[in-house]
Formats: sequence, C-alpha cells, structure tokens
Amino acid sequence: MKHPTEEDLIGYHEGEGLRRDELTTHLAGCEECRAELQRIEAVLKALDTLSVPDPGEDYGRRVWQQIAPRLSEKRTRWWESWIEPRRLAAFGAVAALIIAAFLAGRFTKRRDTGPEALSPVQVRERVLVVAVGDHLGKSEMMLVELSNAEPLQAGQKEVNISAEQRRAEDLLEENRLYRQTALQDGDAGLASVLDELERVLLDVAHSPQEVTPAQLEAIQERIAARGILFKVRVVGKELQQKQEAPKPLPAPNDPTKKERNKA
Amino acid sequence: MMQMKESAESVRESDAIAVERTLAGDRDAFRVLVERHSQNVFRLSYRLVGNRHDAEEVVQEAFLRAYQKLSQFEARSNFGTWVYRIAANYAIDRMRKQRKEEARREMPIVNTNEGIEQDPLSTIADAAPTPERLTQSIELRKKMQEALDALTHAERTAFVMRHWEGCGIEEIAAVLESNSNATKNTVFRAVQKLRRMLEPFVETRKQAQAMGTES
Repeated sequence: MKHPTEEDLIGYHEGEGLRRDELTTHLAGCEECRAELQRIEAVLKALDTLSVPDPGEDYGRRVWQQIAPRLSEKRTRWWESWIEPRRLAAFGAVAALIIAAFLAGRFTKRRDTGPEALSPVQVRERVLVVAVGDHLGKSEMMLVELSNAEPLQAGQKEVNISAEQRRAEDLLEENRLYRQTALQDGDAGLASVLDELERVLLDVAHSPQEVTPAQLEAIQERIAARGILFKVRVVGKELQQKQEAPKPLPAPNDPTKKERNKA
Repeated sequence: MMQMKESAESVRESDAIAVERTLAGDRDAFRVLVERHSQNVFRLSYRLVGNRHDAEEVVQEAFLRAYQKLSQFEARSNFGTWVYRIAANYAIDRMRKQRKEEARREMPIVNTNEGIEQDPLSTIADAAPTPERLTQSIELRKKMQEALDALTHAERTAFVMRHWEGCGIEEIAAVLESNSNATKNTVFRAVQKLRRMLEPFVETRKQAQAMGTES
C-alpha cells in the first residue's frame, strides 16, 4: 500500500470507516506514517485541553426561567411559513401574471377579429414569455456578477456574497413557479433549463454569506461546469425573439418547442 | 452524540411526548426539553462561540426558536439533534455578525481570557506549574484560540461537531446545508489548518517538557 495522505490519517483519527483495516495494517508496519499520525494527534490532544466551563447542575432550570416569560409569543403554525413576505411576493407576482394574462386574453378577444388575432392561450403564453424572459435576464445578471466576483484586495480572507445570495433566494421562488408552469405547458426544454438554473440558485442561496476565495472559486467553477450561463442566454434570446416576432405565437404543439425539447 | 444519563431510546420517547404536549398547548411540557438538553447545547455553543456569555445567549435563542418552530419538528426526528442544529445555525449567524462588527471597529480578533474560568492547560497532570511552563501554557492556549478563530465558520462548526461532539457527517452536513463529501472536506481542511498553525507550538512545548524532565 502507498503511504496514506494527510487526509486519510485525519479521517482515520476521526474514526472514518473507509479503508480503516487497510490503514491499521499499514500503520502497524510503517514508522513514518505512525509518527505523522502522532503529530496530528498531538495537536488535537492539545486542543482537547481547551475545556468548556461547567454551567452548573441547575443550568437547565435557569435557562427555563430565562426563556419562559418570552414563550408567550405564539408558535409558528405550519401554514404561517406560506405567508412569509418573500413567498407572498412570489405568489403575488405570479397571481398578477395570471390576471394580466386573463385580462389580456379577454381584451384581445374583443378587439381582434381578423385571422391574425391571438387566442387567449397564445396571449397567456406571450405574457409568460415576457415574464420568464425577464426572470432569465435577472438570473443571468446575478450569475455574471457572481462569476466575475473576486476579492477586493490580495490576501483577503473572505468575500461577501450576501447581496447575490439574497437575489438568488428571491429568484428561486419565481424560478420554481415558472418551471412548474413550463412543465404544465409541456415545454420540457424550458423546464429543464429552469430546473438546472434552480440548482445553481439553490447552491448560491445556501452558500455562506462570506466565502473564502477558494470557496468562491468553487462556486464559480460549478456555475461554469453546468454551462448554465450559456443555456440561460440561449433560452433568453429565444424568448426575446418570440416577444419581438410580429406573427402570432406558435401553437402548443409547434415544431420549434419540440425541437428544443428534443435538444 | 450526546452524553445522557438516560437511555437514548427512553429520552427520545419522553422528548416525543413532551413535544406532543407542548404542541397541544401545554407550555410547561417544553420545560422538560429545555432542562434535559440545555447542558449539551451549551457545550456545543461554547465551543463554537468561544465565551460563556455568548454561549448562554445562543442556548436561550436556540430554545426560543425551537419553541416557535415546534410545529415544523418531525415526530420521528430526535429533538436533541434538532435543537442542536438550531443552536449551531444561530451560533454561525451570530459569529458572522460579530466578525463584521469587529472588522468595522478594527478590534483585535483574539480574546483570550473572556469566559474561561480557569486555565485548562493548568489541569494537565504532566507538569508542575513552573513560571516557564505556565507562560508556555498561556501562550499555547492563546495560539489555540487564535487558530480556532482563524477557521471559517463552516470549518469551525464542522470541527467542533465532529471532533468534540462526535456528530455524524450527515448531521454536520445538514447544519452546513452541504453534502457528505463537502462536509468531510471541511472537517479535513479544519484539522489541516489547525495543524499548520499549532504544530510548531505543540512541538516546542513537548521539547521544552522533555528538556525540563532531563534537567
């Protein structure tokens, strides 16, 4: 067996099961690795001397006394999480979209009587195209900023990405709703891109607010590896073309959608 | 994970009953949970935030949040682990805010004496407290505190939960909202950094002790 790495030895010390028997056998016969493990253990043993003060036998009772008067506030019920401001905003946006689509549909029906008139379904699609296009534009902007983010000064330990995180959180709610709508409309291609975008947004939203340059680089690599920026741009462009097209939107079973789904 | 006098199964059952009763409106049932888990949550919090005052605030806030979110607690889960997670998350947020404030005030990061009631290294049985040894002990303790403070929040949390609290990788991953492999890497990075920062001092101390024994 080759000499174990420092990572292997730390894992071994922390009780990791992977290759444990193999490592035990190796350590028994390799003085160099045993010494290396002992050096790691010496540091950890020294750290173990940083003791925790005993809060006292009655600590639990004291904590209860301190918090009991503050427990009168009502507990959050399961449905209350649904009325968080952020969620409400996303639902509001989609509700506004549906109402706009509905009204636009009715309006169009009354005025346009010629052969080029848009059906309510097409109007709804068009409104969605505009909204999703806008969402993709905002997502693209956030991803570009994050991809180009770097420490302000050389040697800076942490980079603050909290602004991008907040935007990712907001975009996440919208993205879920658009993805579901795309799926319902049978636009698997758009749904797939939105699904990938959702993973990236989740990744960003769940990253620490302050990341080390290495962590930032890892996030940027993950964004690059998925090619999400390219996909968002392509779909965004496609949606923009649809918006600008003078002719009515293609029917739900139109060949370009099928083509994208296939791709 | 946690040292408990009662068996893990009976604690879990009793916790589940207390949770049920609290949800049914019996506020005092929550007291059982607070009294049972406070010590463990304090230990974790102290190791994360590094001083007693902040640790006590983390404990209180963790139980308040647990109470408010109790309806989101899944009955089959372990209350101890759940409140642990709430405490760790709150401690991480708190440390972030403090670090930002410290950076603004340009205060020194290290605070070596706060909250430590006695020099833990003075309890090591291998050495008589000669002035030299005491100085080295204080110096090493300072370095250890500095090394822990130099870790990122995720690294410190991962190290504390894994090394001192004996938590499983999955459990730590849930707190860090990460996956198992990334969490294992975080633990590794933490130990590696601590080693780089402390090994020279640990070695010096060992050599000094050896020389002291010889003389």
